[in-house]
Amino acid sequence: MTELETIARWVSPGARVLDLGCGDGTLLKHLWQTRQAPGYGVEIDDAKVLECIRNDVNVLQMDLEDGLSVFQDGSFQCVILSETLQAIHRQEPLLREMLRVGREAIVSFPNFGYWRARIQIALGGHMPVSKELPYQWYDTPNVHHCTLVDFEALCAKLGLRVLERVVLRDGHPVGVLPNLLGSLAIYRVSAQPR
Amino acid sequence: MIVTPQKARFSEPLKLTGGAVLPEFEIAYETYGELNAARSNAVLVCHALNASHHVAGSYADDPENLGWWDNMVGPGKPLDTNRFFVIGNNYIGSCFGSTGPTSTNPATGKPWGADFPVVTVEDWVAAQARLADHLGIERFAAVMGGSLGAMQALQWALSHPQRVRHSIVIAATPRLSAQNIAFNEVARQAIMTDPDFHGGHYYEKGVVPRRGLRIARMIGHITYLSDDAMMEKFGRVLRRVTPGFDFDVDFEIESYLRHQGDKFSSYFDANTYLRITKALDYYDPAADFGGDLSAAFARAQADFLVVSFTSDWRFASSRSRQIVRALLDNRRVLSYLEIDAPQGHDAFLLDDARYFGALRAYFGNIAL
Repeated sequence: MTELETIARWVSPGARVLDLGCGDGTLLKHLWQTRQAPGYGVEIDDAKVLECIRNDVNVLQMDLEDGLSVFQDGSFQCVILSETLQAIHRQEPLLREMLRVGREAIVSFPNFGYWRARIQIALGGHMPVSKELPYQWYDTPNVHHCTLVDFEALCAKLGLRVLERVVLRDGHPVGVLPNLLGSLAIYRVSAQPR
Repeated sequence: MIVTPQKARFSEPLKLTGGAVLPEFEIAYETYGELNAARSNAVLVCHALNASHHVAGSYADDPENLGWWDNMVGPGKPLDTNRFFVIGNNYIGSCFGSTGPTSTNPATGKPWGADFPVVTVEDWVAAQARLADHLGIERFAAVMGGSLGAMQALQWALSHPQRVRHSIVIAATPRLSAQNIAFNEVARQAIMTDPDFHGGHYYEKGVVPRRGLRIARMIGHITYLSDDAMMEKFGRVLRRVTPGFDFDVDFEIESYLRHQGDKFSSYFDANTYLRITKALDYYDPAADFGGDLSAAFARAQADFLVVSFTSDWRFASSRSRQIVRALLDNRRVLSYLEIDAPQGHDAFLLDDARYFGALRAYFGNIAL
């Protein structure tokens, strides 16, 4: 199972979606084709914005760090932040903004608690480099890595409710010891109280 | 590409926003490419302040005279005339062929001059709709423009929601700021206080308020370039070996502005300039909706592409984002590009790989 499939499963048919850091628009195109979910992507990179336009995906070239003030409260069923959380400087305000403009948020990120990452630090003595984290420490867009435990602690702090969680490794769901054995975490959260 | 300007005449009176009525009028236009059998590939290109219907190509008898958006429009260009039927038009009140202050007033047999009414963006669109009817185009694949042309592209989506499939809005603003209006007013004052202006009746005196036009154009040019672009282009380079300690041209930028002013004042009509700047000042589609731009756009049905340039301080990106927000509120199909180009407002006329690449891709996805 891929991240794309997981997210598509969580998006109800026809839902309005906002994909933050949407890259070339692959996810939005997939959601439109499989779930008839219309939406917009936000992307800052020129080349990726051009790919979105080529893919006939609605794209808005804006900096996520500037917030989501162009979007009205509750204007999306689902706001997606796919493998972008770790590249954001200020996560807290962005997560709050996501749940201001959307009823639910889907957040995925590479799990820094994955055992290979731990071993590279603990035994190799260097920052992890892997399929999910392909960058050298001095040449990476990522600024804030976290683990499943860290992210869930942040959700608790912000009063966000975790509705679902899928943890993957090489496209396979991880059931046991996910913070150790999973390389990619995908959460569905809402701001609604329990 | 060799092109031929044409004119369409409309004898049905046109009631203008300001209350006046144009008893009859002509629109100068050019077309590029072929209208397909389904009549689904027409694109209307709207021009900004000093341009005309001559959008692309050149004339058989004047091969040097390239259209003002020739880099954008033509065979194989981003707006590809092998695929689209493109129409360049000159708005009414202009001085390049469509009915304007220099045209003959049928009531007097003399040039309209100062008596030509003030026209608005809405009036231009109403006149362009007549041209569309004349050409047998029920619905445009796209209406496109930059700056003042972008206001027309926006207004098309509001005045004739059913007739526009895509509105392409480049370097735009939903309304002028006080600062924008201030610059326009200084330009108008320069013209109107020129002793050769004669209250707008200078044609019959055989003079032209050139000094006023020159200054108006110089002011305009300052707002078209970013501070950085101007510094990059001219710096503090001197035109003479040492400063003269007099008031002749010392710096390159002075020479540039004087040259632009001279050139402009040799071909542009002062009464037209006054009216175009007024059309800019008045444009505010939100005005009838208590300033609520989202409510103004509720009737739009087109898909939108909005493009701004980060160094444009005349119509800054923040103004385009106001348009984007209003369109999002109405759930329009929409893409927005914020091009990090250094040239300022003029960037919309310049070839930039990101900007042109996006336009090419966007047009490529318009189904015919």
